Amino acid sequence: MTLSDIDSTGAAPAVPGASLLEVDDLHVEFRQRSGVVNAVNGVTYTLAEGQTLAILGESGSGKSVSAQAIMGILDTPPAVVRGAIRFQGRDMLTMSAEEQRKIRGPGISMIFQDALSSLNPVYSVGWQIGEMFRVHQGASRKEAKQRAIELMDRVRIPAAAKRVNDYPHQFSGGMRQRVMIAMAIALDPRILIADEPTTALDVTVQAQVMDLLKDLQQETGMGLILITHDLGVVNEVADDVAVMYAGRIVERGTVDDVFTDAAHPYTEGLMKSVPQVEAKGGRLQPIVGQPPNLAAIPSGCPFHPRCAHRRLGAAAAPGRECATDVPPLRLVTTGREAACHYSEEVLGA
Amino acid sequence: MPDAQPTGATAASAADAAPARDRSRRGETLLEIRGLQKHFPLTQGVVFKRTIGHVRAVDGVDLTLHRGETVGLVGESGCGKSTVSKLLVALEKPTGGSIVYKGKDITGLSGRALKAYRREVQIIFQDPYASLNPRMTVGDIVAEGWAVHADIAPKKGRLKRTQELLDRVGLNPDYVNRYPHQFSGGQRQRIGIARALALQPEIIVCDEPVSALDVSVQAQVVNLLEDLQDEFGLSYLFIAHDLSVVRHISDRVAVMYLGSIVEEGTDQQVYTTPSHPYTQALLSSVPLHEPHLRGQKDRILLQGDVPSPADPPSGCRFRTRCWKAQDICAEEPPALVDRGQGHPAACHFAEARTVVPIEVAE
Repeated sequence: MTLSDIDSTGAAPAVPGASLLEVDDLHVEFRQRSGVVNAVNGVTYTLAEGQTLAILGESGSGKSVSAQAIMGILDTPPAVVRGAIRFQGRDMLTMSAEEQRKIRGPGISMIFQDALSSLNPVYSVGWQIGEMFRVHQGASRKEAKQRAIELMDRVRIPAAAKRVNDYPHQFSGGMRQRVMIAMAIALDPRILIADEPTTALDVTVQAQVMDLLKDLQQETGMGLILITHDLGVVNEVADDVAVMYAGRIVERGTVDDVFTDAAHPYTEGLMKSVPQVEAKGGRLQPIVGQPPNLAAIPSGCPFHPRCAHRRLGAAAAPGRECATDVPPLRLVTTGREAACHYSEEVLGA
Repeated sequence: MPDAQPTGATAASAADAAPARDRSRRGETLLEIRGLQKHFPLTQGVVFKRTIGHVRAVDGVDLTLHRGETVGLVGESGCGKSTVSKLLVALEKPTGGSIVYKGKDITGLSGRALKAYRREVQIIFQDPYASLNPRMTVGDIVAEGWAVHADIAPKKGRLKRTQELLDRVGLNPDYVNRYPHQFSGGQRQRIGIARALALQPEIIVCDEPVSALDVSVQAQVVNLLEDLQDEFGLSYLFIAHDLSVVRHISDRVAVMYLGSIVEEGTDQQVYTTPSHPYTQALLSSVPLHEPHLRGQKDRILLQGDVPSPADPPSGCRFRTRCWKAQDICAEEPPALVDRGQGHPAACHFAEARTVVPIEVAE
């Protein structure tokens, strides 16, 4: 692949009045010999400048796959992506690969959970950070290295000028994640997608990295999509949260609202099942059962086999039978959407 | 792929409404660790290996475990907590110190006596994907220990015992002929627990037992461990890096940093009045779950990285990152003693400081 011929002007001009990112009815399925795995089933959200949106979910909820679809880094096939992903008003799914590549970097960039396996072990970190400038902006080697040092300073890697020629294995986990962040913010992206950026890190290092991300966001005003399963991280960092289950958003609202009074039984269950550091509560109240198999998602509401509020058969209101009728994501109270037939009962419960 | 409906869920949900357990009872001392050390040699050369230094993975750990009690051991990666667990189940031999179990030092044991000790101290590992043999059925995995300790279960009744154990940990007893890959992470961890229970141990060392599990499944396994403790009078050494889970399950908590314990006390003492600067920094890094408590935390950001255990700092090991460090810290390692905070902390300048906002439990 030759990337060097891509021009350095960055993203195309924005369509005026459009939000930064609009994800509209996104579907991702993986066609495999054993059947179709429905990883993302109709996800819709928008992201504004300077906004931090947390996507909260367990493994297999589709949170990472939806982000990879936005970045355009899913292998197609086996993945099939439907819907629309509009960056500054232009649908990325209908763009050519070349056009998409111009958005990746200056428009949207991403950091991953496992920094060590995301970095190339045989190139120095300075070379890898500098690659962003060489490839996208045609910078010379010397210039690229200089700017790599500046970036390493910006992500608070101590003694950046000395460490620029070091290799990834010479860095600690937290420092490697900083290198990843440096690469991701190199071209001043409008959107940064952070996929479990601190899951592999120790808690003291996690706090440092989250602080860094918050500071960088304030400096640059970029939109941040934070993908995580950690309720605490969501509470401390994000403005808004979308809770995903079985490839769908089941609840969405501001973090304050959702964490104070959940409107979906799954969110409520998550909150109750996690012990807190600030108090020693009573017995934990786990959600029964296991997360669903994405090749065989339960009919109706995908959460109904594990749900404490479900209403089946005659107990259900007409058209709101949990095992047969799929609940749409609907407005349940001001500023809050939930995909549950009986959210009103969950709220305040 | 595992089926979506495990039987274990029902057991957990039935007890949902139960209040906090009565944890006041505490039996006699079962296990006493004194000055435990494990130094791994660092060698150079291929044919003629020269020892050029030691990695001091565990360097003077004192810990006591009573019957029926859960002691939590927290610390960040590389602090030596997993090495402690391996020393306890005699997978590694300590290079110094003693592990006294029921009044007998087990560090020099071998043969029959070691086997007997290993039966009574079992372990549950972190990764339920790597710790179960993929070529063995669940029944064989659970029953394997009886091949060595045949007296526990007579040959005839083993299938029935295995099924009882599976049922007890919340798995369908009919699954005894299935293989580990047919189960989800949470179910595999239950298999690991059944395997440990099969030998009727006194102590179970839980090495990060829920770290690899999804949030909603973690609580199921934590509750199961609590139930089993109440039923069989087990003692747990619960090793984890998740401070919230450790607080939830532990009666006493020990905080480890770079091979030694820096603070120890009841969960209440360590979490509400942490006295060692490292404990304070650790607690202040934990993100809180309540929106109304956001920003009320006393933030302490540590500088730098954990030093290499091959070349630890002189005196207090935390001094290189500590904001309280004075000259004495480089000269004299602080002892783990109570300096007026009501519980021991290994700091010359120990001082209780509330880091996490205290919330009254509902």
